[in-house]
Amino acid sequence: MTDPAAGPAAVPILDVAGLSASYGTFRALFDVSFRVPDGAVVALLGSNGAGKSTVARVVSGLVPSTAGTVHLAGTDITRMAANRIAGQGLSHVPEGRAIFSSLTVEENLTLAFRRAAGRKRIKDLLGRAYLAFPILAERRQQRAGTLSGGQQRILSLAKVLALPPRLLIVDELSLGLAPVIVDAVYDGLAAIRDAGSSILIVEQQIDRALGLADEAVLLAKGSVAWSGLSGEAAAAMDAILGGHGAVDPGPAPTEHEEN
Amino acid sequence: MSHFLDYAIPGVPYGCDFALMAVGLVLTFRATGVFNLAFGAQAFTGAFIFDLLVTAHHVNQWVAFMVAVLVVSPLLGLAFDRFLFRVIPTASTTAKVVTALGLLIAIPQAIPIIFRNTTSLQTTGFWLDPGHVYLNLAGSPVNGGQLSTTVVTLAVAAALVAMLRFTAFGLEMRAVVESRRLAQLEGINSKRTAAWAWVLSSVLAGLAGVLMLPLSGGNLVPSQPLQFTTLLVFGLTAAAVASVRSIPIALVAGIGLGILQNLITGYLPNSSILSAQNVKEALPFAVLAGVLLFNRELRTIEVSSDPLAACDPPPPLPAVAIRDPRLSVPMTWGFRLVVVGFLVSAATWVPDYWVTALASGLVLSVIFLSITLITGMGGWLSLCQASFAGLGAFTAGELAAHLNLPVLLGALVGALAAATTGAVIALVAARLSGLLLALFTLAFALFADGLLFNLSWLGGGNTVVVPRPQIGPVDFSRGDRNFLGLAFVVLVVCAILVKLIQRGTTGMVLAALRGSPTAAASLGISMLRQRVIIFTLSAGMAGLGGALYGSLLVRVSSLSYLYVYSLAFVVVVITTGSRSVEGAVNAGMSYAVLLLILQTYFPHYTGLEPILFAFGAMTYAAHPEGIVEYQKTRWLNRVARALQALDARRARTAGPDPAGPQPATVGGDISGA
Ligand SMILES: Nc1ncnc2c1ncn2[C@@H]1O[C@H](COP(=O)(O)OP(=O)(O)O)[C@@H](O)[C@H]1O
Ligand SMILES: [Mg+2]
Repeated sequence: MTDPAAGPAAVPILDVAGLSASYGTFRALFDVSFRVPDGAVVALLGSNGAGKSTVARVVSGLVPSTAGTVHLAGTDITRMAANRIAGQGLSHVPEGRAIFSSLTVEENLTLAFRRAAGRKRIKDLLGRAYLAFPILAERRQQRAGTLSGGQQRILSLAKVLALPPRLLIVDELSLGLAPVIVDAVYDGLAAIRDAGSSILIVEQQIDRALGLADEAVLLAKGSVAWSGLSGEAAAAMDAILGGHGAVDPGPAPTEHEEN
Repeated sequence: MSHFLDYAIPGVPYGCDFALMAVGLVLTFRATGVFNLAFGAQAFTGAFIFDLLVTAHHVNQWVAFMVAVLVVSPLLGLAFDRFLFRVIPTASTTAKVVTALGLLIAIPQAIPIIFRNTTSLQTTGFWLDPGHVYLNLAGSPVNGGQLSTTVVTLAVAAALVAMLRFTAFGLEMRAVVESRRLAQLEGINSKRTAAWAWVLSSVLAGLAGVLMLPLSGGNLVPSQPLQFTTLLVFGLTAAAVASVRSIPIALVAGIGLGILQNLITGYLPNSSILSAQNVKEALPFAVLAGVLLFNRELRTIEVSSDPLAACDPPPPLPAVAIRDPRLSVPMTWGFRLVVVGFLVSAATWVPDYWVTALASGLVLSVIFLSITLITGMGGWLSLCQASFAGLGAFTAGELAAHLNLPVLLGALVGALAAATTGAVIALVAARLSGLLLALFTLAFALFADGLLFNLSWLGGGNTVVVPRPQIGPVDFSRGDRNFLGLAFVVLVVCAILVKLIQRGTTGMVLAALRGSPTAAASLGISMLRQRVIIFTLSAGMAGLGGALYGSLLVRVSSLSYLYVYSLAFVVVVITTGSRSVEGAVNAGMSYAVLLLILQTYFPHYTGLEPILFAFGAMTYAAHPEGIVEYQKTRWLNRVARALQALDARRARTAGPDPAGPQPATVGGDISGA
């Protein structure tokens, strides 16, 4: 499984190397490389249209890559179908509406928990989700589409919190939410991290993301413009977005740990 | 009241059959985004296989049922899924409708040929004996056919609803129905679930077909799969009532329609325009049109419910032609040579029966040009062009018979009548677009077939004589060579008209906004004006072509302008190329020539030509500009590129170029400009 030189802890949960992707003839990603260390929270930053969502979509298998590789905890998931990647323990909460609006709150949760086999276990998990977010318990039989935007985000978090994935990717989770709800959402993310998940946070609002993140990756025009510790991100972003050109492309990707 | 029940109760089994279709349509549309008009063909296939096994091979009816409904039907659905619709997942709803239309036309023609059996379907019963009355409901006898249809439908529908509501698989399917990709993120294999949706809905279609057999009293004829299209139309009307969304509503609506059509039989007088038969025929039109116009919820059905639709790449653009002036000159001359050669040949040595075929090709080209206008330029799918053509022909025929109007004048009046009708349709359906507009025009086509063309002053459903014209000393009734010349002149006039419209304001606006109604709306441009203009012109042109066609054949009836022809015409033109005048002429000529070849060399197989074109329709999603146009552009580009490569090599051998090799793309273009 792992490179003998590197300990098991050194296998990053997500290793993206030389990734390119296109929408038809439009090329959206150019040779993107970065890693998410196991147990870490990484913020993927960049202006609108930089390609952040595309990275998230390629990693989770929604959009095919044209070059490069993606490894999830050492397993090559580059050409896997999205549903199989999800089965490998990756959870992607896409931007915008990320729940099934025609299903009830409880059906949404059940759908997420059905992988944890057994009726009783599903009951347990439902109980856990309702305990963490009582508002969902009140609306369990309501169609998820009737929830407010904030409640919908909370519903997507409840799914992951009760059954933490190995890697969680959240795309613009705080977009359009009132500050109070943003707080609740970020509390939820911290709880998911504490439960053992690694997290890739895609955000345009950098302050909140950097508050939680250990490391940051900055995308510009489909390429990685900078990556490093989250504490240094703000300064780097000023230099790049305010200044010019590509700075240090960050730690070069080393060879992948393959089986 | 008991009178009411006498008519309502026998309607229920029909309604059940419609309901099965409706439920299947809803299921496939929601799970796969395909509005599967090929459902009528699938129902036909189920019925045909069942009948073949029982009648010709004396197989036990339960075994035959298993094979037809539970094996062949789902396999057909799976084949559609795997080889057609899964290949074109990002295609527009319209493209998928065209593909489905191709199947709808091709399959009922192909199946009897494949199985070498073209006799009528004779099986009258499945399960319970239709000749036996099993019970009396409120005084009306219920026979075995009616009973088995009703019982089977209700049982199947209840099982389906329960499965969707209460099982884990049902939950997954509902998730896929809302968003294929979101479901995948939950670890659901959406492709497999969608394939299951195809299987289930195909079983429903096959079931509807088999259950239709006893109801029709064993008078279904494979060469007239129209009953199955009627079945389909009732099914899609019920689906539309349910906004193509709710399965229970689709079920109830289907049964309601069955009752309604039977009530009409009971309550309307059997004479007059509003005879029961006429109204019954036109009922699908009225209900479908009404639902399309007034069910507002339907208008959003093409708006994807998938929040992850943004993952899809934009649809492919047609290949851009490389223009090389060295090519355009020989092409222009080549074109002129072909036209002159064609005319000279037609006037001199070509045998008579070929002349007739060529003349009909020219006339068809006029009708097909109307599709260039409406579909190629406007981007609207019209499924009633043959009805416009019929309107033109019958008007001209009736005017000639009763007012002694010269037929060419009559043809113009006919064109005017068709144009007016087109304008009215465009105005009434002003708020509909895409799929709904296509269905609305289909409804009009059914209305024309069922009611309009049965009116006594429009042919009355009988043969109408559209005489050959006579201009001064030239009598066009003596041989077809003269007529070919006339058709050629009309075609040229129409072609020039289309070209002018393409280059005019209307054409420009449409070209800029085609396929982007949002852009149109955001620019504040109302498409209505453009739409009315295009519909009017297109309908007029179809009317003129139709009158000409009538005059070529001399004797026509409403059967010559059935709505299946509308479907076939659209498929043919779209396949060859709907964007250009050349495409329409190609379509017209090849249709006529192919028809002649098939009739000459394969006289036993009628209906081969729609099959060929229908399979062509399946290329539409990949090449919306039409397969002939696509190949033409491809080959021209190849030649152009070869010429440029030659240039480049010559430049290199002539002397070392300090600037290095030139990008060999637009060199010819710039120097030639
Ligand atoms: N479905 C699509 N088709 C074509 N281009 C797309 C599509 N989705 C995104 N793009 C383009 O790809 C680029 C990156 O988009 P995205 O990843 O959504 O950026 P971000 O999430 O950083 O705002 C943008 O220029 C966007 O216009
Ligand atoms: Mg984004």
